Amino acid sequence: MPLQTAAPVLEDVAGADQEFLYTLNFGPQHPATHTTLRLILTLDGETIVKAVPDIGYLHSGFEKLGEDLDFNQYVTIVDRMNYISPVANEIAWHHTVEKLIGIEITPRCKYLRTILAELARISDHLLCVGAAALDLGALTGFLYAFNAREKIYNVIESTAGQRFHPSYTRVGGLMADISDDVVALVRDFVKTFPKVHADICRLLNRNRIFIDRTKGIGVLSKEDAINTSCSGPVARASGVVRDLRKDEPYLAYKELAGAFKVVCGKGGDCYNRYLVRMGEMLESWKIIAAAVENLPTGPVNVELNDKLTIPDKNATYRSIEGLIQHFELFMWNRRWETPVEEVYGAHETANGELGFYVVADGGGKAFRARTRPPSFIHFAVFPMMIEGHQISDVPAVLGSLNIIAAELDR
Amino acid sequence: MPYLDTLNAKFAGAFATSAFRDNQRVVLSAEKAFTVLFPLLKCLKEECGFDFLAELGGIDYLHYPHATDRFCVVYGLTNTTTGERVWVKAFANDPDPELPSVVALWKGADWMEREVYDMYGVRFPGHPDPRRILMPSEYTGHPLRKDYPLRGYGERHNFPTVTRADS
Amino acid sequence: MALTNLLPDFLIAPLDYLANMARKHSLWPMPFATACCGIELMATASSRYDIARFGSEAMRFSPRQCDVMIVAGRVAMKMVPVMQRIWLQMPEPKWCISMGACASSGGVFDTYAVVQGIDRFIPVDVYVPGCPPRPEQLIRSILDLQEKIQRTGTIDAREFASRTAYEGPTALARELGAEEAIVAPGDYNTATRLRSLPTVN
Repeated sequence: MPLQTAAPVLEDVAGADQEFLYTLNFGPQHPATHTTLRLILTLDGETIVKAVPDIGYLHSGFEKLGEDLDFNQYVTIVDRMNYISPVANEIAWHHTVEKLIGIEITPRCKYLRTILAELARISDHLLCVGAAALDLGALTGFLYAFNAREKIYNVIESTAGQRFHPSYTRVGGLMADISDDVVALVRDFVKTFPKVHADICRLLNRNRIFIDRTKGIGVLSKEDAINTSCSGPVARASGVVRDLRKDEPYLAYKELAGAFKVVCGKGGDCYNRYLVRMGEMLESWKIIAAAVENLPTGPVNVELNDKLTIPDKNATYRSIEGLIQHFELFMWNRRWETPVEEVYGAHETANGELGFYVVADGGGKAFRARTRPPSFIHFAVFPMMIEGHQISDVPAVLGSLNIIAAELDR
Repeated sequence: MPYLDTLNAKFAGAFATSAFRDNQRVVLSAEKAFTVLFPLLKCLKEECGFDFLAELGGIDYLHYPHATDRFCVVYGLTNTTTGERVWVKAFANDPDPELPSVVALWKGADWMEREVYDMYGVRFPGHPDPRRILMPSEYTGHPLRKDYPLRGYGERHNFPTVTRADS
Repeated sequence: MALTNLLPDFLIAPLDYLANMARKHSLWPMPFATACCGIELMATASSRYDIARFGSEAMRFSPRQCDVMIVAGRVAMKMVPVMQRIWLQMPEPKWCISMGACASSGGVFDTYAVVQGIDRFIPVDVYVPGCPPRPEQLIRSILDLQEKIQRTGTIDAREFASRTAYEGPTALARELGAEEAIVAPGDYNTATRLRSLPTVN
């Protein structure tokens, strides 16, 4: 068995007679980890002296697959990276590819992607908050959160046909335009979401048990947050005012900049991270409300003449240009012509800065598709946050960091 | 770009620059990278305000058009006050690819460097905990190298089978 | 075995029937949730789909308290020994649901690190297709498993005792060419090659 005790080196435990310390193996299959990660905790009674994370239990070679599949095919893999907000990953991936090839997507596509990205953010935060509450003993919050998530699934299902991994984006646009039902569903979501949000807030915000278990736990200072490369809600809860939606506006965030604010905290503890996530959900809700009412008309894909996007069925079957274009994009030796260059594009996803570093060698496949995974970077901070706390604080800190193993290990 | 003046004053001739879209790059070739990288990143961090290591990843340029050096580690730095980004590319070559560790500058580099070591076999002298991170410790290959097959060498099936009667 | 020796057949059959009735309506799942399917498993357990209607709401994270292991998500190389140990820790009678394409066949992840189907390493009773399967599909698989238990189960789980042979896919060894099947030298604790490869000429 490979579960050898990776006995942590404890030279830095000052002058302690280390005989009374003992080692606890936490994970890889444990209810509070939600996914597959392992911690080797060195304990003094119930106090954690040292935590050594051991990851890789879900390493599945995403980046190697990225070198094997073309830009459109890889979207199915990217989906499965942060699987509680898959659409956001797709949008970030194709943003980078479009940046590489130099495509400016249409206004309607921009707005649709914005709406989907924000829905993904809400669904991610809902699961994070719900699961964190579940780990701390509040099952009801989890059920409320999941009920709201089902509404988002409905939207995504009627948009793309798959409720979980829609694989909806394509180079230069989307798989298909949305139907009017989707707009109605989004409006319905916009109408009902504040109540769910208020319910969860009422359950948790002033819940004494929840506050006792999260306030002052897992504190990350602002300097440490910057020094350890944290981004997203984890960094913002520590007071780092950095949000790519405002700092490097992409999609429709420039036009919608007035609709939302960046939510920040000061304390950097689990409670602050929870509050930042709750706040961000409301801001996302405002973005969706503004975007769905200002949804531009027009095509969702860039022009057929650009020879970059997959033509729709009508164009493929009824015009020679469409047929040729379809053929060109699906022949393994044709596909896209890319510059022999490399580019980094990043989006502010629910967990933080999700970036892709794509190296292209002129062909239709990425030569290298490096991901900057926020979960990976946030989990590296975990030992620092947990030291000196109790075992029962481990689920609280893990829940507040929102570690997604598929993104962690890729 | 003001940081370029600072870098030119200190490391004239040691680096090249390039740009594509909005990515501004500082490129260190394999001969210079090992000695120049750490002071250059330190200068960028402490004098030019690039205090945030946004990204650290490896690339294997085997069979890449016009590539001269094989391994590359890309450091993406961000200035958290101005939002400016700069990319530092440091190359390393076979048989013993090595680059200095930057954990002393950014604690966040710790796991990212371990990942580069795991996936490419680029070693980082000075790293506090240079172990594999994603693959099992007894694994011998470096899977993201270009000469490593996508389906591996059959490691994924090398496990005993449990039958119904075993339990 | 003891029970079947002691009692006559006409008593064993109704006992089997009663035991199956009890077992199939109180399947306690062990959620071995590794990836995306785990979220759908959570969705199945939560309010809209409510797996409790079929007696399987008692998710127990301790393998010692479970009857059915739901492997939800891909299983990577590092995870296989963990999965096997958890499976061995579960008390008899036990069943296994392989949820989703990745657990059943590796799915889209045909890479160096992902196991191409958990049935190569542990026995599987029900396969659920889909990536990930909808909650309805998971509920269907539980109903199917209930039917299987009702039909084949015995009170002392003697139907499992004779199954000593490997039940997984047979083409395992021929999947790789001879030159690719060589494992790089090293101390493989996790990866001991137990089944010998046929000589390929």
